[in-house]
This record gives sequence, C-alpha cells and structure tokens, in this order.
Amino acid sequence: MSAPASPLFADRRAIGLLLALLALLLALPALVNSYILSVAILILYFAYTGQAWNVMMGFCGQLSLGHSLYVGVGAYTVAALFVHYQISPWVGVWLAVVICTLMGLVIGFLAFRFGIGGTYFALLTIAFAEFTRIGFDHFDWVGSSGGFFLKVESHGTLDLLNLRGSPTMFYYLALAMCAAAFVFCAWLLKSRAGYYWQAIRENEEAAQALGINTFRWKMLAVGISSAMTSLAGVFFAFYYNNLFPEQIFNISRSIEIILGPIIGGIGTLFGPILGAAVLTILADGITELVAAMGLEIPGVKQVFYGVVLLLVVMFLPHGIWPTLARKLGLGQGSGK
Amino acid sequence: MDRRQFNKTLAAAGTLASLSPFGIVRAQGAKLKVGVLLPRSGTQAFIGQSCQFGADIAPAVIKQMMGVDIELMNADTETNVDTARSRAERLISEGAQVLVGPFDSGAAGAIAQVAEQKGVPFVINIAAAPQITEQGYKYTFRNFPTAVDLVRNGLALIGDLFQATSTVPRTAVFMHVNDTFGQAMAKGVGGLMPRLTQLPFKIVDTISYDPAAKDLTVEVAKAKATGADFLLLVCRLNDAIILRREMVKQRWNPMGIIGPGNPGMYENQFYSALGKLSEHCISNVPWYNPKAELTKLIEAQMIKQFPKEKLMFHALNVGFTFESIMIAADAYKRARTSNSKELTEAIRQTDIKNRMMIGGPIKFNAKGQVEGIGSAAIQNLNQRPTVVLPVAAAEAKPVFPVPGYVKKS
Amino acid sequence: MPIDLIFNVVIAGVLTGLVYGLMALGLSVIFGVVRVVNFAHGEMMTIAMYATVVLFAAWKLDPFLAIFPAALAFFVFGYFLQSTLINPFITRPEHSQFMLLVAVAIIMVNGLLMIFGPTARNVQVDYQLESWELGKILFDKARVYAALTAMATSAALFAFFKFSRPGKAIRACADNHLGAKVVGLNVKHLYALTFGIGSACVAVAGCLMVLLVDVTPVLGPAYTLLAFVIVIVGGLGSMGGALLGGVLIGVSEAVAGLFITPSAKSMVSFALLILVLLFRPQGLLGRKS
Repeated sequence: MSAPASPLFADRRAIGLLLALLALLLALPALVNSYILSVAILILYFAYTGQAWNVMMGFCGQLSLGHSLYVGVGAYTVAALFVHYQISPWVGVWLAVVICTLMGLVIGFLAFRFGIGGTYFALLTIAFAEFTRIGFDHFDWVGSSGGFFLKVESHGTLDLLNLRGSPTMFYYLALAMCAAAFVFCAWLLKSRAGYYWQAIRENEEAAQALGINTFRWKMLAVGISSAMTSLAGVFFAFYYNNLFPEQIFNISRSIEIILGPIIGGIGTLFGPILGAAVLTILADGITELVAAMGLEIPGVKQVFYGVVLLLVVMFLPHGIWPTLARKLGLGQGSGK
Repeated sequence: MDRRQFNKTLAAAGTLASLSPFGIVRAQGAKLKVGVLLPRSGTQAFIGQSCQFGADIAPAVIKQMMGVDIELMNADTETNVDTARSRAERLISEGAQVLVGPFDSGAAGAIAQVAEQKGVPFVINIAAAPQITEQGYKYTFRNFPTAVDLVRNGLALIGDLFQATSTVPRTAVFMHVNDTFGQAMAKGVGGLMPRLTQLPFKIVDTISYDPAAKDLTVEVAKAKATGADFLLLVCRLNDAIILRREMVKQRWNPMGIIGPGNPGMYENQFYSALGKLSEHCISNVPWYNPKAELTKLIEAQMIKQFPKEKLMFHALNVGFTFESIMIAADAYKRARTSNSKELTEAIRQTDIKNRMMIGGPIKFNAKGQVEGIGSAAIQNLNQRPTVVLPVAAAEAKPVFPVPGYVKKS
Repeated sequence: MPIDLIFNVVIAGVLTGLVYGLMALGLSVIFGVVRVVNFAHGEMMTIAMYATVVLFAAWKLDPFLAIFPAALAFFVFGYFLQSTLINPFITRPEHSQFMLLVAVAIIMVNGLLMIFGPTARNVQVDYQLESWELGKILFDKARVYAALTAMATSAALFAFFKFSRPGKAIRACADNHLGAKVVGLNVKHLYALTFGIGSACVAVAGCLMVLLVDVTPVLGPAYTLLAFVIVIVGGLGSMGGALLGGVLIGVSEAVAGLFITPSAKSMVSFALLILVLLFRPQGLLGRKS
C-alpha cells in the first residue's frame, strides 16, 4: 500500500486487459438476458459509488460512513426539479452536484477546521446523514416519509433527454459513469493532488511538516467525492422512480457503498469495481446456492454473506485486487 | 427438470448460478407460474412471512376451487429495493408468468419497473401508497385500497360505531407512525376529516412518531395531556404494543383506541404480548368475511398446512396475498394462455364475485387500482379479533366506550 | 404547557437514559482500552435480550436475576471474541476493523432471525405495567428498577477499575500501551478481559431493556447507532461520560418530543452529536488526547 504510485498505464498488459474488459462490457447487453443485465447495472452502480467514496478514503484517508447523504440529496434534487418544474435531469444534475459539493465542503470544513479525523470523522458523517434522513422524513415538498414518485408514462420509448428508457439505456449510462470515473480517478492519482493525498493518507503530520496544506487537499478530496456521489443519486432516482428517505439515506446504504472498495482493495483503481462485482455476484450466488440446498430459512443467505465478508477481511487485509494483481503479474502499476 | 433441480445442477458444478448465461425458457406447461416476492428477511420480515402463508396455501385451494394448476416461485426481497428488482428479473428469466408481491411500497415500485419492461403482469397484494397506481404503469395492478379509501371506509365505520353504541365523543387525538404507510394515512385523515361533517368529533392534536421508536413516553404523555375523548391511532405492530403499555403506565384511559385502517392491533403478537390489555381495541380494516364460502376453504387449508397458525391472526396478509394469486389464476383460466399480453388483458377484465375479503366484486379501474373493497370494524373481544360491524358480517356487538374508561375530571 | 407534563417526561428521560448509558458504557470501556470501535454493539445487546427472553420462558427467571448468568456468559463470549477474532485487527486501520465488526453484526442479526423468526418477543412480569404516583408525577416501576440496576452496575465497574489489580492493570494498559508491555503486563489478556467486561455491561443492559422494549432481530443497528451518539457526546473512553451522555440524550429527546413533532426528536440527538464533535470533540467528560 505504501509504495508510491508508478506511472499509470505503464503496463501494456494492463491496458490490453482493460480494453478487453471494456469491449466485453460494451457488448454485454447483446449477449445476456435481462436478469443478468440488471445484476450488471447493480454492479456498475456500486462500482461507481465505490470509486467516488474511494477518492476520499482510499486516496486521502478520510473515512466517511455517511455517503448515502450525497446519493439521497442528489436523487431528491433532480427528482424534485423534474417532477415540480419539468426540468430535465441533464440540467438538474448541475444543481445536484453544486448542492452536494457544498454539503460535503461544509462537513469537511467543520471537521477539518476543528481537527476531527479517524473514527470521529466517520461518526460525524453518519450524524449528518441521519440528521438529513429525519429532515427529509418531514419535508413535505418531496413527499416526506410517504415517498416521492416519478411518472413512468413514457416507458418503452427511448427518451435520453429525460432519462426515460429501457434497462439497456441505464446500463450504458452506468457504464459511461464508471468508465469516466475510472479515467478521472486515474488522472487524479497521477496529478499533484494524488501525490499529496497519499502523503496525507500515510502520515498527515509528516505531510504537514513537508509544507503541504493538508486542510486544502482534504477539502478537495471531500468536494470531489461528494460531487461524484451525487451523480449516483441522479441515476438512482431515474432508475427506480421512487424515493423514500428511509431507504435512500439509510446507514445500511452507506455501508453497502463502502463494502465494495474495502473488499476489492482500498486506494486502488480496480478495487471498487472488482469489489462491487464480487459482492453483488456473491449476494445473488448465495441466494441461489441456499435455494439449491433447500435451506429456505430467511436469514441464511445473509449469514453466509457475513461469513464470506469476515473471511475476506481476515485473510486479505488489503482487499482482493492487490493480491489478484500480483497473481496476474500486473504489479502495482495499474492497481495503484 | 424443474427449477430446484436446475439450481442443484448448477450449484454442484460450483458455479455461481446467478450469472450463468442461461435464459431459461421452457416449454409451455399447463401450469401458471406465479413469482411471489415478499420480504421474508430484513426489517419487514414479520409481515412478509405472514403474507407468505397466504401464498403457500394458494395452490391447493385454487386447484380445488378453479381447477387451475399453480406453481409458486418464491423469492425473498430482503426489504431491499435492489434485491427486489434483481429477484423480479430472476423470476421472470426463470419463467414466471405473473408476479405477486410485496406490501412495502419501495420494493413494489422497483418490481413494477421490471414488470413494465418485461410486459409481465404484476399484482400487488398490499401496499397503500396511493401514488403507485398513479405513476402510469400498464402492467401493475393492486388488489388493496389506497390510503384514502382505507381512511374513508375507516372513518365511516367510526360514525357507524358511535351510532350503534349511542355515544357521542367530541374530541380525538390522532397519533400516527411516520413511515410511508403512516404518512399516506395521515394525509388521508387530514384531507377527509374536514369534509365529514356528520362525524361528531374534532381532532384536537396530531402527534406523529418515529416508526423505530423504542420509547413512546413523551408521545403518550402529550396525547394524554390533550384530554381527548378517544385515541385515533395509525400504528404498526411493535409500536402499538409499546404504546398500549405506556398508556397503562401513565394511567390514561380514554373511551377507546380506534385504528382507521391500519394493522397493529389484531395480530397474534398484540394479544400474546399484551394479554387482557389488548382487549377492546378497534381496527377498521379490510377483513375476510367470516361467513364466506372461500374463507372456510382457506381456513381449512391453513389448518392442514400450518396447524400452529391461525387465519384470524394473519387475516389481512393471508387474505390479500391469496386473492392476488387467485386473480392471476382466474385470468389465466379465462385467457387460456399464459401469454403475458393476453394475461394482462384478462386481469384488467377481472370480475370476481366469489371472494374472501369483505367488499364488492374484484374489479380494476383503468389505472390498475382495485375498487370497492370494504372495511369491517374489528374489535378485540376475548383476545381475538371479532367482526363487530358491518352488521351483515358481525360476529358480536361492539363495546364502546371500553370498560375502565375514566371520565375527564 | 403543564409543568407536571414536563416533569413526567424529564423523569422518564433520565431513567431510560441511565439504561442507555449502561449500554454505551460497554462500548466506551472497550474503545477506551482496546481502541476498537465495536460496530456490533447493539447487535450484542439484542442477543442478550433474546437470552433473557429464553431464560424467562424456560424457567420463569426474572430479568433482574437473568443478569447474572447473562453477564457471565457474555463475559466469556466477549473474552473469546477479542482474543480470537478481533485481536489480530487492533493494529489494522479503522476501516478494516469496521468491516470485521460489520460482518459480525450481519451474522448476528440474521442468525437471530433464523433462530427466533421475525416476531417480537418479550417477558411479562407483574411490575412491568405498574407505576408509583407522587402527586401528579408518575414513576414507572420497571424503569426505576432498571435505572437503579444500571447505576449499581456502573458503580461496580468504577470500583473494579479503581481498586482491583486487574482493573488497575487495564487502566495502565489504556494509558500507555508500550509501557504496560515493558513492565510485563499481558496486554493480549488484558484486552480480552476488557472486551469481556464491556460485553458483560451490554448483557446487563440487554436484560434491563427487555422490560422496556420487545425484542426483534432488527433492533441491533439502531442501538449501535444510539450507543455511538451517547459515547461521543459523553466522551469516548470515559465511563462517567457514557452515563452522562445517556441521560443527556434521554432527556433531550424527551423534551424535544414535547416541543417539536415527536417523530423528529432524534434529530436533536444528532444535532447534539454534531455540536459536541465540533466544539468538544473529546466529549463532555472526555480527556484531550
């Protein structure tokens, strides 16, 4: 983990693999049935949110356990603009990004100004998310706890402007978001910010001693992460068409977001993607496995899931990707 | 090769069955494949498992009643929208021809998307968020009244109750749980009360409380302080139990507790947790007609399959889940095909008179919303839910005000 | 607003807050020494609540007597949990510990669902519904008993850390990990001991909580969150702080319920948490590190 990032894309093999993966993903909707497509969308969604969270935690070392806040606020913002003022999500998204970035910056400002880090910072993020959840439970303009609903009348037709369309459209949207996030994060890691972040992550005091303005760089990480996460909210709102504060702001949603990157490999570019894929397939796979064994007791599946999480975190402390990359002979180059 | 064997083969091969690219489309049998999606784990597990009984008894009863063969394909939504959505996709890819399911509005919304995309009919068993059938889905049907209808029926029955018992309460305090259901109900009450001038009482205060509340001291203290004649309560099960206990501790004895269309006070757990304190609470909810033919059939099947469970404690859950499957079976019988377009059309034409729940024949409007479901006033008498109104279905006379009622000083 | 209403509500808030405080005390003790945040804390309490229900159903054992076997069993459970599963993680980064305990929590919640099903369980004792009346003020018997027991348990714990040899050793270990090693203390054993004590605390809290709340498998996460709020407000690692935090949260939620709509009352707790984190991050009674 502590090795400095080597120049990105130095590894030709990595680029080759990446392109092959991209080609496969582009062709996927033509190859599989809609069930697998729906699982793939879920994977891409969590890969994207994981990537966004990773900027803050994996790159800069600031543990957020309240990322559902940005998903929720982003989702409600575009949905409210769409329902109340018929504003296209492509316009609304900008407001969502601005609001979420501001929220992230306020939380970051308060925390970093007052020197809050580690566990305390994590709990602060939970507190803000929960506070907002209860607030939305009483926010009548967006339906409060009764839920907020989008019309689905233009179904069946492809209306990219209003994000109304088939799962295939959402699949490509999610894929585009993932790919963009990947390239953006790769660029970030190579940029000056990336180096400073890693210095802060490894040892904040030492970074400060070297003259790095840690406050400013941490704020940058929080701002970028919250902005990216708000886009996931936009996706969520139009994919599901129903929003409930109890669901979208729930702390369990925040945990779902961060499981992927931690399992996949924190601070790596492939970790969030791999983690999301492994966990989503695992969850569905265990469901099938449990059904196949005739163990239809509710709860069995989650127990299995928990045990697998436990084993991974025990035996692969840095996540799956670093180990896998070594096995594939990719070195650290493309992983970091 | 049926689904279970198929899965076994996959599991044996050590594959994660879910992602194997097999679109399983099997030859059309004479069976209707019904995908049942219910939250059997997670926060809604309690109601989900209760509804599951209604699904489990359906094939035998429907075979006997209509001669239609049904194959159930069960899936657990885990009270999670993502899971609900991917499970729905999974069921359809495995050949489910109609989906029946979950009472929680979030998961129902997620499944409706899938049904719409795949053109597979989806019958919601219970879910009161009015918006679901207003969003424009063409394949989604709901065999349950919207919150507004629930409240309208519930309040009308309150009027009947006061007439039947010759009482004239002047004030009520309205308490409601602040979740999706409670919020929809509260909006119904707020919208209807001013228009129902024939009701003798006014709502003096509205107190909303957290669905996850573990302590309702303040809420009850506040309600008691209003000095209202009776408590109008929209609750769920666990909070209803806490609330009832807290009322005893705080020695608050209003004329009665009346639910205008919500669960909570007629479930088995309410009786076993509260014993005689459960007595006399009234719930004005959709209920099965204890005198209907079909009810007797279902009760017998329930005893056969689940000797430990009693129909009356799962009444609404079992009733509407069963009826949803019955609607599908009836449409299948009329359409004589499981082709999803024709099946959906047949469901739209549904007109079932021989039903279990109180109300007119099952008919859907253009939006897929059922109309004409009635409610009954259920009072807890001798620690069991007893129909007291309407008179036609009544098993006993209503008791109001309840014994132990202390007049305001 | 009638003054007796406020009094009644505040008293109930204090009493419930003390039980919450005891639950949070376990979390605080563990963090103060082992420096691991137990993200499965509420889930552990849920297990204790089920244990109490089972003991009551099987032998009519009063929840106040169930405290002893439950505390003992949880002590052993906590000791082994720390020495086997968690110990390798104490030098790992926070997110790694977090993952471990989240996985443990998932297993606990769903294990309970498998065993007991989703229906709420409870115990029924005759004093549960009784209350004393003092003028216009009502004292709920079960709450008073539970709060007294919570205070007694806390006092015993204070005494243990103040006067007993292992208690002193644990404190030494918390103050200076390296120093404790140098003078030859068995740190691993002491950590396990601490986790055991923290677990016993939460077991006692669980036995008391059953009198106030019916238990379902999904209660856990909400209590974990509540315990966090309380210890942060009181001071993570401070024992007195946990009790103070419990009472403060109990009372502020109760009073907030009077003035704003009760369904929004937990907003006040989270607002309090945010304020404390910003202006006194070590908590009200915590020491600056």
